[in-house]
Amino acid sequence: MKSKDLLGRRGEDLATDYLESLGMLVVERNWRCTEGEIDIVALDGDALVIAEVKTRRSLDYGHPFEAVGPEKLARLHRLGSAWCRDRELRMPLRRVDVIAVLDDGGGEPVVEHLKGVG
Amino acid sequence: MALGRTYSIALVGLNGYIVEVEADIGQTLPAFILLGLPDASLNEAKERIRSAAKNSGIPLSRRKITANLIPASLPKRGSGFDLAVTMAVLRAANDIKPTGKTVFIAELGLDGRLRPVRGILPAVMASVQAGYSDIVVAHANLAEAALVPGANVRGYHTLARLALDFGADPQELALDFEPDDSQLPADEEEDDGICPDMADVSGQGDARRALEVAAAGAHHLLLMGPPGAGKTMLAERLPGLLPDLADHEAMEVTAIHSLCGLPSSSARLLRRPPFESPHHSATAAAIIGGGSGLPRPGAASRAHRGVLFLDEAPEYERRVLDALRQPLESGELVIHRSAGTAAYPARFQLVLAANPCPCGKASGKGLDCTCTPMMRRRYLARMSGPLLDRVDIQLQVDRVSLAEFGQGGAEENTASVADRVRNARGRQLERLQPFGLETNAQVPGRVLRGELRLPAASTRILDHSLERGVLTARGYDRVLRLAWTMADLGHRERPDVNDIGQALGLRQAAAVAA
Repeated sequence: MKSKDLLGRRGEDLATDYLESLGMLVVERNWRCTEGEIDIVALDGDALVIAEVKTRRSLDYGHPFEAVGPEKLARLHRLGSAWCRDRELRMPLRRVDVIAVLDDGGGEPVVEHLKGVG
Repeated sequence: MALGRTYSIALVGLNGYIVEVEADIGQTLPAFILLGLPDASLNEAKERIRSAAKNSGIPLSRRKITANLIPASLPKRGSGFDLAVTMAVLRAANDIKPTGKTVFIAELGLDGRLRPVRGILPAVMASVQAGYSDIVVAHANLAEAALVPGANVRGYHTLARLALDFGADPQELALDFEPDDSQLPADEEEDDGICPDMADVSGQGDARRALEVAAAGAHHLLLMGPPGAGKTMLAERLPGLLPDLADHEAMEVTAIHSLCGLPSSSARLLRRPPFESPHHSATAAAIIGGGSGLPRPGAASRAHRGVLFLDEAPEYERRVLDALRQPLESGELVIHRSAGTAAYPARFQLVLAANPCPCGKASGKGLDCTCTPMMRRRYLARMSGPLLDRVDIQLQVDRVSLAEFGQGGAEENTASVADRVRNARGRQLERLQPFGLETNAQVPGRVLRGELRLPAASTRILDHSLERGVLTARGYDRVLRLAWTMADLGHRERPDVNDIGQALGLRQAAAVAA
């Protein structure tokens, strides 16, 4: 595995722990279909949460949040519907969360969480 | 606290309006949204602000920033809002303390330096008038902004220094960055009229006298004569004869020039009357003012309180010349464009120069002239009657004779003529102040023939001309105005027969005006 993939993997692990610490139930990770991949699918009470995790070593190339543009957001919403279809579930409460993990390899990684974007 | 509020100024023409800048930071993905009718250059502010803040050590929040300029209906243009938006955003992020009623006017460089903007003088004037007297500008604009009485202006070189004064954390700020403004246009020393001297004009006694009278009474002037007679030379020397501008006039003139010019550190009050000499290919928009979006001032407004010289007047488009009739009457230009209406002052002294015909040789006996009578008439008819109606002095300037040309150096210089002019202006002001007027050229016929009525003995020659139909009623008033100026120049209480005779003489070119 390449180091960037390792970093991403570690970020996603961190994000999963973080969501669980908030009391969410993580249903599935790295779900794929033809349209793309969902990093984390979780349940927050009645709401289905489609979480996108962005991990960076530093802010040199901008904040992780800045890497999620309008196109990517739209795709995440479409992926949410696709997941529901695939599982034959009806989830009227559905939202997209973005989680930024800043991990410079040194101290404690910083996790930031935006709920219900776009 | 996720809401920041600062103030800036939007200029519409010379009028400024307070603009409130709100900034809000929302808990969602990073974005920067600017609301409130910004134009293209203002929308670019987002990128400038982001870089400037980062390079000053106080990066903007990585969230959704919404900045709103109020009132939204007022069109806003230019880069002068950069600083106010930045400060509002920094305040919203709690990076700085509240800025209260401080008004911010400056453009930001990517490196975080504050750059000067144009129109700072009218903006600061408007701000003080609206009761916002604490103003922050770029250091290069400081001198100009400080011209406004009652303004408490502070100038800064960089955003970091400014943020420091508003309570930002000194640990974070890039305080060691000290830009130098030396690449800005330097102070132009000659600006205050190295006006060419009257002593350079050989001969032309009549024309010199006419110029003096025009300067003394602020009369509009038409010089007609063959090429090489010295019309342009004479006209260029008129501003030198005019007295210095009074405080409020200087403020108006400087405000207009602040709006037109590029920002520079050479900020001081323009004390000398401006001189504008547009080329005859100028369009109406160039002379009157205009342009897309919000109209900008034209040559007529730049000549406010000074001289607008139209050389080769018949070569201008008739439309352009006639567009000047309105400002000649009202001293103001109101221009309408898609983005709004702007009013600019335009109380200028008009000087027209014209050849007598297309070939230019139809003076004196006109033996060399190759133009047909029709051509001549058409040529001069381009200056319309209503326009020439407003020109008090219409003078024929002939070629200088050898005798006059020979005795060079003996001519009177500008300083001594200007002295007499200043004196005459003083006398006028004293007499006309009760009527709310300043110069003889402004006196309406009603006053000329009412309160300032002359004894019948003096005006006999005029009455006679009127009776015979040589002089129109309007022409009658014009001669009277000129006669008053003659009297003022001669330190006489009121015009005598002689003054009136001379005034009649200054309208030798009456054939043109009809």
